[in-house]
Amino acid sequence: MSHAASWMETEITKDLTIPKLFLHSAKKYWDQKVAMREKEFGIWVPITWKQYYENVKWIALGMASLGLERGDKVAMIGDNRPEALWAEMAAMCVGGVGVWLFQDSLIAEVQHIIDHSDTKLMVGEGQEEVDKCLTLKDRCPKLKRMIWDDPKGMRNYNHPFLISLQEVMRIGKELDQKEPGLFEDMIMKGQGDDVCLLFYTSGTTALPKGALLTHYNMLTMGRNLMKVDPCFEKDDFVSYLPFAWIGEQMMSISCGIQAAFTLNFPEEPETARENIREIGPHVMFAPPRVYEEMVRNVQVKYLDASWSKRKIYEWAMGMGYHVADLKFSKKPIPLHWKILKGLAYLMVHKKLKDHLGLSRIRHTYTGGAAMGPDHFRFFHAIGVNLKQIYGQTEIGGISVLHRDGDVKFNTVGKPIPETEVQITPEGEIISKSPSVFKGYYKMPEESAKTLRDGWLHSGDTGFIDSDGHLVVFERTKDIITLSDGTKFAPQYLETRLKFSPYVKDVWAIGDGRPFVTCVICIDYAVVGNWAEARNIAYTSYQELSQNPEVYKLVQTEVIKMNRDLPSAAQVKKFVNLYKEFDADDDELTRTRKLRRAFVEERYKDVVNGLYSSTDSIHMETTITYEDGRRAHIKTDLRVIGVEDQ
Amino acid sequence: MKAGFDELQLEVTHLSMAFGGIQALIEVSFEVRKGEIFSIIGPNGAGKTVLLNCINGLYRPQQGQLFFEGKEITKLKPHQRAELGISRTFQKIELFKGATVLDNIRLGRHIHLKSGLISGSVYLGKTAREEIESRDFIEREIIDLLEIEHIRDKVVGMLPYGLQKRVELARALALNPKMILLDEPLAGLNLEEVEDMARFILDINEEDRWRTTCVLVEHDMGVVMDISNRVIALNFGEKIAEGTPPEVQNNPSVIQAYLGEAEDLYVTRR
Repeated sequence: MSHAASWMETEITKDLTIPKLFLHSAKKYWDQKVAMREKEFGIWVPITWKQYYENVKWIALGMASLGLERGDKVAMIGDNRPEALWAEMAAMCVGGVGVWLFQDSLIAEVQHIIDHSDTKLMVGEGQEEVDKCLTLKDRCPKLKRMIWDDPKGMRNYNHPFLISLQEVMRIGKELDQKEPGLFEDMIMKGQGDDVCLLFYTSGTTALPKGALLTHYNMLTMGRNLMKVDPCFEKDDFVSYLPFAWIGEQMMSISCGIQAAFTLNFPEEPETARENIREIGPHVMFAPPRVYEEMVRNVQVKYLDASWSKRKIYEWAMGMGYHVADLKFSKKPIPLHWKILKGLAYLMVHKKLKDHLGLSRIRHTYTGGAAMGPDHFRFFHAIGVNLKQIYGQTEIGGISVLHRDGDVKFNTVGKPIPETEVQITPEGEIISKSPSVFKGYYKMPEESAKTLRDGWLHSGDTGFIDSDGHLVVFERTKDIITLSDGTKFAPQYLETRLKFSPYVKDVWAIGDGRPFVTCVICIDYAVVGNWAEARNIAYTSYQELSQNPEVYKLVQTEVIKMNRDLPSAAQVKKFVNLYKEFDADDDELTRTRKLRRAFVEERYKDVVNGLYSSTDSIHMETTITYEDGRRAHIKTDLRVIGVEDQ
Repeated sequence: MKAGFDELQLEVTHLSMAFGGIQALIEVSFEVRKGEIFSIIGPNGAGKTVLLNCINGLYRPQQGQLFFEGKEITKLKPHQRAELGISRTFQKIELFKGATVLDNIRLGRHIHLKSGLISGSVYLGKTAREEIESRDFIEREIIDLLEIEHIRDKVVGMLPYGLQKRVELARALALNPKMILLDEPLAGLNLEEVEDMARFILDINEEDRWRTTCVLVEHDMGVVMDISNRVIALNFGEKIAEGTPPEVQNNPSVIQAYLGEAEDLYVTRR
């Protein structure tokens, strides 16, 4: 690789901390290099390492003036923006511990985490976060102050509990003038084994658990990942996924601070897609839903395109798929296929990559949930080096990864350096590495259960195949056994079906039942367009989902998928749900994983309906809006059978 | 509620207007003070939009006078009134549907662009400076305020109704007005959009950067009574009440006017 020379592996001692590395990079690059960019008022505004350093310094000293001490927790909530990262880095510089919250968390979730983590300072973006904080502060007595940074709508907030980031920086500056060396002294006091992040895992089953991660954990994880796929200081990375997701910390903090690449922050969450295209990042890590959405966008555009464009696309994708399949099976690619693929690239793939913002991508990872083989093949067909990652918060992010040219879409690859992965006799995946966390905060029992003799017990089952790749099954408890004893993995079926642009979410059912059924959430935008083009009237998601034509459409998609499945695993019946699965209703985790046990309980009428002879299920339920309001829904769901083909 | 709006900004005296035999406005007089949110309510056909059209100059009243900041504007053309700082939105969206959001907003700013054809064609000195200032103003004060970053380059006709309403407000703000006339800004919006729009109106009115006087014609009584400083009620072209929201709400002739229409006074979505 051309710039391989510019990547210097960081030597990680027990003395090294993230702030020390930050200090080192800041002094090295100073005003000669852009540390981050934010699109603001329509323009990409660069922030040099010097500015980054100064802002962090003043915020850190300001936080110290507000009474933050070593080991104190600082909670952060808000969109991805430079101020968020400054606050996190500042908290670490003081010796504090960062706690991240998902921005769309409901007040009860925020309150639980703030209270459980003993958070002292909270940093929020603007009015919305301030309102949340003011509501819960009386129930969280350990919380002392809230810092906000976006003045929009804040003109009438004079509560003494609140302080603006600007004010914090002003106080910090004053302290800096009084005690010039204080900031660097604080940084030097840090040790590698100090906890730097208290990371609450989303948990598909129970209350969130707070994983304690040290500087050493985070740094070794980043280094070992980059030993496989180096990142370089000239690289661009777009930070737009929630910081409360370990994957984003892993890229922005662990790798970012070691490789010193440029972090780019989108203007608004709504503009992230466009902003990614403007930047053209070199590295990307996102959960499957992001890639699923990209594929869906392409498919929708394809459906809308003219006949000739569709034909060219089909031809080019045919070339792409053929060559990708040859690569997957590690067969040589004959010259004439190389030429054809080159032609397809020029005509279609190049444009497609550009539109998806992937034209400069070197490595792109997916992880956090299962991704279907169809999506995988799609990206490899257009020449995007998409690789699977496996790991968990408790190991600092990732531990297993595909190597270039050795991608198998039913596996997650091989362990990164310094990482051992084994399978227990019960089939559980366990791992050991310098990045394994210290334990859960205030949960000794849970910690002991997860951490045995230095081995991290994941709760996932899997095996290591003949090529040394790790294959991850479902969470052990998620595997479905039909009443005749056939076992199948619901996620496999779900991800296959999600390749259809009309389907947003799927929940496959069948444990202890005679056959497989599923509950489907249609994609409102795509099916909505489809309906409009056919003059099908609808006023709401609920109405659209129950339309007979829409049922026929979904049925065709299910039949298409069934063809590739063994007959025991084929879906025999399905219903279209009257709403999308939503994290606010506890149906998904904040990282959009389906909480099976919960939906099973919540929709037990639907499940019963699917396994009875009825063709209609009456539903009454309550849904919660993001602002806490509730609405009552009454509806009838149609059950549709899928004939054997 | 806020007090202390002393400075007179708009004075309307004995305004009358007829279309053929229909008296749309009869001797309507009122004053709008600087910095307030002033609402005009009334049943359908009461003459609210005609009144806005008279203020903004689309209609020339047959009788009566209008004064804006002490200057008589009765005979001024709409563009001359715009230069004085009066801007408006329309009940039925009047945007250039084929142009982008940004182009529509820019158009609202044309009275502030003074450079001539020649300097404009070579883009030198003053023109460049003006363009940069104008861009800065639109981005910082309008697009950011109204949260329309994501549709900046979209063609207006392709946008959903609620966003088009927002673009319409954006264009009116591009003028950097002293007074903005809002003709049913909430009509046709869903609950969430109504709340957003009400917040934007308050922002324009209260933020130090703007402090714009708002004259609001609106049917959503919940919002009108919540955010207005003063309200007048019209019925068949006549002013039947004037005062603070509670005063107008409890005024017998207002109740009568609305009851006559078999419609609850408290038409609101909340």
